[in-house]
Amino acid sequence: MASDNDNYILQMKHIDMFFPGVKALKDVSFNLKKGEIHSLMGENGAGKSTLVKVLTGVYQKTNGQISFDGNIIEPKTPLESQQMGISTVYQEVNLCANLSVAENIYIGREPRGALGNIDWKTMSKNASVLLKENLGLDIDVNKTLGFYPVAMQQMIAIARAIDTKCKILILDEPTSSLSDKETERLFDIMRSLKAKGISIIFISHFLEQIYTICDRITILRDGTYVGEYEIRNLERIDLISKMMGKEIKENDIESNLDKSRPHENVFLETRNMTVPGKVKNLDLKIREGEVIGLAGLLGSGRTEIAETLFGVLQKSSGSINIDGTDIRVKCPMDMMNQKIAFCPEDRKVQGIIGDLSVRENIILAMQAKDGMFRHMPRSRQNELADYYIDLLRIKVSDREQLVSNLSGGNQQKVIIARWLATQPSLLILDEPTRGIDVGTKSEIENLAVTLAKEKGMSVIFISGELAEEVRTCSRVLVIRDHEKVAELSEDEISTAHIMQAIAGDYHGHA
Amino acid sequence: MDMLKKFTHSSLMLPLTALALLLLFNAIFVDGFFKIQVMENGNLFGRPIDILYRASSLIILALGMTFVIATAGVDISVGAVCAISAASCCVLLGGDISGVAQHPFFIAILAGLGVGILAGLWNGLLVAKFKIQAMVATLILLTAGRGIAQLLTDGQIITVYYKPFSYIGGNIPGIPLPTALLIAVCMVLLVIILDKKTSIGLMVQSVGINQTASRYAGINVTLVLFCVYIFSGFCAGTAGLIEGSFIKAADANNCGLNMEMDAILAVTLGGTLMIGGRYYIGGTIIGAITIQTLTTTMYAVGVSSDRLPAVKAIVILLIIVFQSQKFKQMYSNYKLKRKDRASGQKEAVNA
Amino acid sequence: MRKFFSDLVASRFFQFYVTLVLFIILFGIGSLSFDGFFSWQVFLNLFIDNAPLIIVCVGITFTILSGFGGIDLSVGAVVALTCMSLAWLMRDTSLHPVVCMGLVLFIGIAVGTLNGFLVTFFKLQPFIVTLGTMFLCRGLTAMISRDSVPIDNAFYGELAFWSLPLGDCFLSLGAIIALSVVVIASLVLKFTSFGRGIYAVGGNEQSARLMGLKADKLRWIAYIISGFCAALGGITYSWIMLSGYTQHGLGMEMDAIASSVIGGTQLLGGVAFIPGCLLGVMIQGSILTIISFQGTLSAWWTKIVVGILLCLFIVMQALINEHKNKLMNLQAEEQGGAKKK
Repeated sequence: MASDNDNYILQMKHIDMFFPGVKALKDVSFNLKKGEIHSLMGENGAGKSTLVKVLTGVYQKTNGQISFDGNIIEPKTPLESQQMGISTVYQEVNLCANLSVAENIYIGREPRGALGNIDWKTMSKNASVLLKENLGLDIDVNKTLGFYPVAMQQMIAIARAIDTKCKILILDEPTSSLSDKETERLFDIMRSLKAKGISIIFISHFLEQIYTICDRITILRDGTYVGEYEIRNLERIDLISKMMGKEIKENDIESNLDKSRPHENVFLETRNMTVPGKVKNLDLKIREGEVIGLAGLLGSGRTEIAETLFGVLQKSSGSINIDGTDIRVKCPMDMMNQKIAFCPEDRKVQGIIGDLSVRENIILAMQAKDGMFRHMPRSRQNELADYYIDLLRIKVSDREQLVSNLSGGNQQKVIIARWLATQPSLLILDEPTRGIDVGTKSEIENLAVTLAKEKGMSVIFISGELAEEVRTCSRVLVIRDHEKVAELSEDEISTAHIMQAIAGDYHGHA
Repeated sequence: MDMLKKFTHSSLMLPLTALALLLLFNAIFVDGFFKIQVMENGNLFGRPIDILYRASSLIILALGMTFVIATAGVDISVGAVCAISAASCCVLLGGDISGVAQHPFFIAILAGLGVGILAGLWNGLLVAKFKIQAMVATLILLTAGRGIAQLLTDGQIITVYYKPFSYIGGNIPGIPLPTALLIAVCMVLLVIILDKKTSIGLMVQSVGINQTASRYAGINVTLVLFCVYIFSGFCAGTAGLIEGSFIKAADANNCGLNMEMDAILAVTLGGTLMIGGRYYIGGTIIGAITIQTLTTTMYAVGVSSDRLPAVKAIVILLIIVFQSQKFKQMYSNYKLKRKDRASGQKEAVNA
Repeated sequence: MRKFFSDLVASRFFQFYVTLVLFIILFGIGSLSFDGFFSWQVFLNLFIDNAPLIIVCVGITFTILSGFGGIDLSVGAVVALTCMSLAWLMRDTSLHPVVCMGLVLFIGIAVGTLNGFLVTFFKLQPFIVTLGTMFLCRGLTAMISRDSVPIDNAFYGELAFWSLPLGDCFLSLGAIIALSVVVIASLVLKFTSFGRGIYAVGGNEQSARLMGLKADKLRWIAYIISGFCAALGGITYSWIMLSGYTQHGLGMEMDAIASSVIGGTQLLGGVAFIPGCLLGVMIQGSILTIISFQGTLSAWWTKIVVGILLCLFIVMQALINEHKNKLMNLQAEEQGGAKKK
């Protein structure tokens, strides 16, 4: 037992973490060996980032024990954990773009000259040596950080992290903005750090990368601990099923909803639609009355497809054809005039206008479409708001309540109401059920299908929860690395098939 | 009780209380404060009328500023724009002692208003199109504005002897109320109509609260910002005409001096937050009147105009501290603690 | 060649170079147009006449640099308050002028401390807070005296007229202090961890906190420095005016902000170069000098030219930032393209 403990640099045992009203982590364990690269996997909301934040002292755990390097620790602030030797490199680079590279590495502990002044010469020299020897980078460390591309900034963040004599390096989705070549360079660096005995926690949504670089893997789901595995003993398909919480059975077709039958008419068609770095050559056809799903892991490009269809992003090549005519898009309003509606992924930032009332939020899109001077009379506003509050069963004390005071599910319903009020022909729902309770979840699923069936509306349903797509969609497009990799229709649709397609080993109907 | 609670939580609480306190102070210490007389020529005269009259240009500026601040911006150029507007109007009328205007009166007025709108267009261009911070963008006109006004007047104070011009800042013969006050009332009505009968208010607040989400809801954020700055420029133009007419001259150096500060103060006093979002037209108007009442009161008790800023400053600082998140948090913590202590005492008694 | 330009534009000192070239052009125009313009004394007069503005501009730059919408509008009013306090102290008390100067420096520090406290503790917008203290200081100035108070202390007069001979030319004490302030501020910003901390906090507060910097404390100190500089600027201002008056330093805060921006300070925080600020003030000064040499143009042309320059520099900043982004995307794409092959 003792020798076993010696092998571990970090052991987190029975960690519980409560937020007011929510239990974010339930009895989660995590063990990290010396000099290994360990992946932390799980879909959104699984608790990965919460666990990391507990470890780095951003959050304080409710229960449990963390032992690090033989001692029990209770980090209170990020700085404290950093001083103990736990460094983190975040997805968004947390450095100061206006300072030089050398400074970013050494700020707060600059080398001093005779008068207590900052010794720039030594600092630059140290920084160049550090970057060259550890990361193989030969760059001008006196230039401002903002001058370098994000990939380079990420490397510099790593340099800062390892120079603080860290024992554990946490890389939180470092590759999401890197090209393949840059990622390879990062992997080389990770391997050399590993050889020096530094343990690395690597968080990424890219399965390929996990299998290339990691030794072991810990899987979380819904804030609970699923298991700890040696990577070579774990098939990709098993990994995905463990993350998603579904056992895989071939031909496992689940459908408890009566799905919508699409009409013949094609409402929207894209050909070779490309957005640089976001969407690659997408061909997509949506019929009237069809519920179509976009499946893929986070960061696969499913949201970007939706944003392009709504005019938030602009395509660089290819075409979008609606009702038989090619259209040019400059802003969301162009698409709204084509009767397309979009409920965005990030409810708080992109969806609700928090300090406005439920009524105002509901009529907003319709009013924007009508223009400033064709003001809807208050009585009509009330009528509309009441109608949708009733239709979608939005729980509010009255229609003048502020949206920010509603629960997540009700906020989501308000946004859906906002778009239904514009009478769209195509409704795009991006993660409409994320972070909301089960009851509301199935209500929204039902709504998507009912709209398609009864009103002949086309619906694009994007969700990380595959079961949801299986229940609602009559066709599912599988997206990986910004590309469509498979298209499943009718009876092909099952969680098993979608997962296989994501993992890259689904080849048509078995 | 509910009514009282509703009132204490309403945004009008602060400015109304301040105004009430000031009026009370005046009622006690200033003789005949509320007396309104009819003058020989039929005009109404008295301190309340005087306050409203002097507050009118501030009210107009503050109305424009309210919308700008609601979009989470600020327009610090309004005082300078007042000067340009007054200057262009006076230059067109000319300083002929015989009282003959060089150009028709309405053209001069249109020029004054047009210059204001032009200034607003310029600010809007910088803020909405070039996405420059509002304060920085409007700083340009603040710096250059008075210079432009001097350029127009050739560095001189042009005194206008043309009679109708003085009507704007005085009384139109036969109408008992000052014209400036009537203009202010018209502007207030215009804003109320805009607020109630168009959806500009909704768009403005939406942009001020969450620009990203507004864009995703299809609102043309650029256009909204443009409109807001143009309206502020228009208000500044109007106020400039009034200010110019008060002294019957274009004084490029002093016309509308520091009025941007008073306008911002009126808006924040009225409950609109500098971070944007909900705006309160009623609050702004009461805020502007409160500031003018404060000024008049201070004069009445013998505080000179140059010492007045010290009093204003204390008012501003207190208001923003009371409005701050941190203060509210501290206050609720304090209340919680008191409650805890009270319940603790109760338990102790029970035990 | 194109790469050279592109690197130049992206360089940290590009704005400084532009300002420098602009200054040389302006001074050149003056020298070519007017006899007697091109002389050392005219050049040195730029420092002598603008000593208060230089000092105030350095102070305000610290607050802009510290980010969070940092600005200090109270500086002009503090200048007036210190002039007035000096005049009053020397007229109505028997304190030695040196003691009086020490006392008024404390006024500046006190105002700066109040500004910093309200900004960092209550998280209030610096614009509104310092607007408030600006009114406060102007009002307090008028409370001391509404009329102009002359300073006729003999020792003080000697200080004001003391000058350092440099060959045929001379520098006043105020100019020497102003230049020392520029040098000290530049050194502090470059070579102390406080200075670098201010840059970091202004550039990206969240990152700076994660790196273990105490953002609030640093920002607070920036406001105190600005208050101190305003008081020091007030002392040099009183050497020029030899009086205290409520209208002293009116609008100086805007001149200081304009100089700072022309000198390459970004109002979003995190970017500033003190020698650039000095040049910004000197550009304003040379415009004024040209106008006074010309004789027929009036002083308000300065305001218009400064406004145009301000506009150019703000738009230029926006374009430079865009150019930097473009450069980065280009690099990223090049590498992305390489990977495809």
